[in-house]
This record gives sequence, structure tokens and C-alpha cells, in this order.
Amino acid sequence: MRIMYIVTSPQSDRGPTPALMEAMGKLADREIKAGRMLDTGGLMPIAMAGAQVRITDGKLGVIDGPFVETKELIGGYAIFEHRDMEEAMAGAREFMQLHLEHMPGWEGTCEVRVMATPGVDGACDVGARAHA
Amino acid sequence: MTAADVNRTILAVWRIEQPCLITGLSRMLRDVTLAEDLTQEALVAALEHWPVTGVPDKPGAWLMATAKRRALDDLRRRRMLARKHEMLTREQEQEQQAMPDPDAALDDDIGDELLRLIFTACHPKLSREARAALALRMICGLTTEEIARAFLQPEATIAQRIVRAKRTLSESGLTYEAPRGAELSERLASVLEVVYLIFNEGYTAARGDEWLRPQLCNDALRMGRVLTLVAPQEAEAHGLLALMELNASRLAARTDAAGDPILLMDQNRARWDRLQIRRGLLALARAHDLGGGQGFYTLQAAIVACHARAKTPADTDWPRVAKLYAELAALVRSPVIELNRAVAIGMAEGPATALVIVDQLAHEPALKNYHLLGSVRGDLLYKLGRFAEAHAAFEVAVKLAGNKRERELLMRRADEARDAMTIIR
Repeated sequence: MRIMYIVTSPQSDRGPTPALMEAMGKLADREIKAGRMLDTGGLMPIAMAGAQVRITDGKLGVIDGPFVETKELIGGYAIFEHRDMEEAMAGAREFMQLHLEHMPGWEGTCEVRVMATPGVDGACDVGARAHA
Repeated sequence: MTAADVNRTILAVWRIEQPCLITGLSRMLRDVTLAEDLTQEALVAALEHWPVTGVPDKPGAWLMATAKRRALDDLRRRRMLARKHEMLTREQEQEQQAMPDPDAALDDDIGDELLRLIFTACHPKLSREARAALALRMICGLTTEEIARAFLQPEATIAQRIVRAKRTLSESGLTYEAPRGAELSERLASVLEVVYLIFNEGYTAARGDEWLRPQLCNDALRMGRVLTLVAPQEAEAHGLLALMELNASRLAARTDAAGDPILLMDQNRARWDRLQIRRGLLALARAHDLGGGQGFYTLQAAIVACHARAKTPADTDWPRVAKLYAELAALVRSPVIELNRAVAIGMAEGPATALVIVDQLAHEPALKNYHLLGSVRGDLLYKLGRFAEAHAAFEVAVKLAGNKRERELLMRRADEARDAMTIIR
């Protein structure tokens, strides 16, 4: 099951502490070696470099800031392969626990989303075997 | 949280931590079997304590501490036994090895340990089936029940297989080693074979339709990713990973809503997983950088990459596919590969050239009951306008196809050929 973790925080002025960076690095190293972590990256604040393309009232509009309400958002994402939602939640808990320990006072959210991937398919791909 | 929730969380945490626990303990004890048993004991302890005390903040550390404590008990007991033995036999003193510092050992890089674990689970002394079962259990953390379901075997059979495999490892005295240099490459072949076996069990789904079977693809992919990280210089490990990523990227497009197979040429390429294709192509490039261009898995990955790179079926570089199949055929003599090469040549140079190759294959004993021979032959004849012969070829293929969905597809093609025949008349 492909899982996307999306981390956001209203505290844009606080980058991660060196202790947190180190702890996250260790965790990432373990997860990559276990073959679970597939991709990861940080996101710049949307006000600094980003935009939204929205549809409202049947019209397409591009909003490139300033984002009064959301300008404080900063975050990152990570893509994992987990066996089930429980395993994904255990991973998210561990990740947020690191923030709790290494960045006192920090507040934020880790959203855990299941990515749309093929569920169960039982059939055979004749083409793939004959042609590839 | 209900008791059932707690139990599920415990199992999830344990699955995540298991390979780490086994590798850390193996180093301490020099005994993978014992390490695995202690890891299981830690799980039992968690199942006893956590529903009462709650899940600790650092569940992984808790599990490791528990397993470590039991390991130390075990070491002490063994040391005492050794001393008594010594006293009784009055043999020359051979002081037991000083107890290693477990903390220092556990803080170390786990990469090398993980590699040893993989090589242990995939030891050539074990049968392929036993290797696959052990690898799924120790590296992917599957339960005996899950492994049994995946391989459509009774649980007792798998349990026995695992017990026997562990005994074989203990008795052979070769329980804990990671070969180096040339020996590593040699032994790696058997590891890659097991990983590929597991992947194909999940991918081709020749039997049954258990939900866990696509999960086997993911487990094989996971092991493949681990291998490229812990043995980064091995080109074929990258080649196999590339092959698996590229094949898996098409999973969503391989069947329609009713579960019927969709041929490669008819697949909706927008449904191919681009992130996975990117990873596959990266792994393939690395295999080539390491000089693996002529390896068994790398060559196959290169073929699949030709499809992955093509935005439409018409964009496919068929001459390159045919060339890669020729190289693959030079490496492994197999009529199935030859049949695939014929398909590629049919696309690159036209059906007539391909039919010559396919007709030569008609007498291969290995293909006597292979339905795809008839399927490919029927397709080529159809394209050449020889509909009566195409119909007959598809009919043969229908009789030989084992999978229901495939049979239905071939029947449709046979009908098409028959219809084309009557139109012409």
C-alpha cells in the first residue's frame, strides 16, 4: 500500500533543529535500507515559491499569492510502501515523536494519505509475457 | 484504543522493527536462528505488557531492550554451562570470548548486517522454496500463515519448511556469513533468483486470486531495494530492481474493471506509474554504469524500459527490443525468449519474417504445451491475412491456456479470425 505523509506546520519561521535533522536522518536511513521509503522531499512555503490553480464559480483562476491565510505553511512529504494502515500509522507516530523530542514547542500535522494504486489484480497479462 | 487496536499496532511496530532486531541480535549472538527466536519473544512480551501499560513512546527501543535482556540471559547461561563443562572435563582453559558490548554493536551501520541476513536466508544449502519462505519471514516480517497463503500451501507445510531450513542452517555451521568479492557475486545470483521468484509469484498470478499475491510483488521490490543499498556495486542487483520496478509500474493498467487482462499494446499508458518508472530507469542506468549491460536481469529490464519510454505503442523502439532479445537469447538458450524475439521482429520488420522464426519453434518440445506459441502464431497469420490458419492456431492456444481469462481472450481472437474468414468469402 502506497502511503503519502504530508507534514505541515503553522510555524514558518522555525526550520528543523540540528538534533531533529540528525534523528530524522537516522530514521530515513533505516527506512530506506528496509526498502520502505521510496521518495521524500521538503516543500518551500507557498508564498515564497508556489501558486494555486483553482476553479471557483465555474471559472479557472491562478492565484500566485500573497496567501494571507496559508502563507505560514511549510512542510514536506514522504512516500512509503507499507503493508497496511496500521503500519503506516506506526511510522507516522514514530516520525512525529522525533519532533516532540528534538524540537520542543513545535506544532504541526502529519497527514497520512493512502495513494491510489492498483488494488488486487488476479489476472494475467498475456501481452506482457508475450511481448516483454 | 481497544485491545484489538493495540494488538494491531503492536504487530505493525514489530514488523517494522523486526529486520533491525534480528540483524542487531545476530551480530551479538552470532546465531540468526536464536536472534529470530528472541525477536519473537520480544513480540510476545509486548503483547503481554503494552495492552496494560500502553504503547511506549519508543516502541522499537523497548523491543530491542527486551530482546537484548533475553539475549544477555542466554549468553550468561551459555557461559555458565561452558564453565561447568570446563570444570568437569578439565580441558585446557579456553576462556570464552569476552562478551561484546551490545550497545556499540547495535548503534553500528546495519547495512552489512542486513546483507548477512539476506545471504543467510538465501543460503544455497536450502531449497529455493525454503529460501523464499525464510526471506519473506526474516526480511519482510511475514507470518507463517501469510507465507502459506501467498504460496497456496498448507500452513503446516510452510511451518515445517521453515523449521527444517533453520535446522539445516544451524547444523551446517554456516549460519552467519556475508561473502566478499567474487564469491559475493556468485552467491548473489541465488539471492536474486529467490527475490525474482517471489516477485513473479505475485505478478503472474498463475493460480488463484488471493489478495496477498500483489503484496508479494511489493515484498520482492522491498528486498530488491534493500539489496541495491547494501550491495551497491552489484550491477545485477540494480538490474533486477529495475526489472521489477518497471514491470510493477504497469500493474494498474494490466486488467480492466472486470478483471480481464489487457494486452501491453492496448494498455492505457496514462495509468502506468510514472514515479515507479522513473525509479526503474534510474536503477537500469546504474546497472549499466556498473558494467551490467549484458546481465540476465539488466537485459530484461532494458527490454521493459523500451516499452516504458514509449508514449504510444507505435513509438516503441522495436528494432532495439529485437536486438536485446537476441542478446538475451545468446545468454540463455530458451525457446520462450526466441518466441519473444519473434514478436519483436514481427513489429520491427513485419509478420512474414517473424513467422519463419515461429514456425521453426513449432517442434521445440519445451513449447509443445505452451499456449503463447499458438497465440503468437495466430496473431502473425492474422496480420498476413491467412485467417483460416490464424483461426486454427488460436484454437490450439485456447486448448492449452490454463488461465480462464486468458482462454476467453484467445477465444475472442479465434472468433475474430473466423469472422474475417467469412467476410472475405
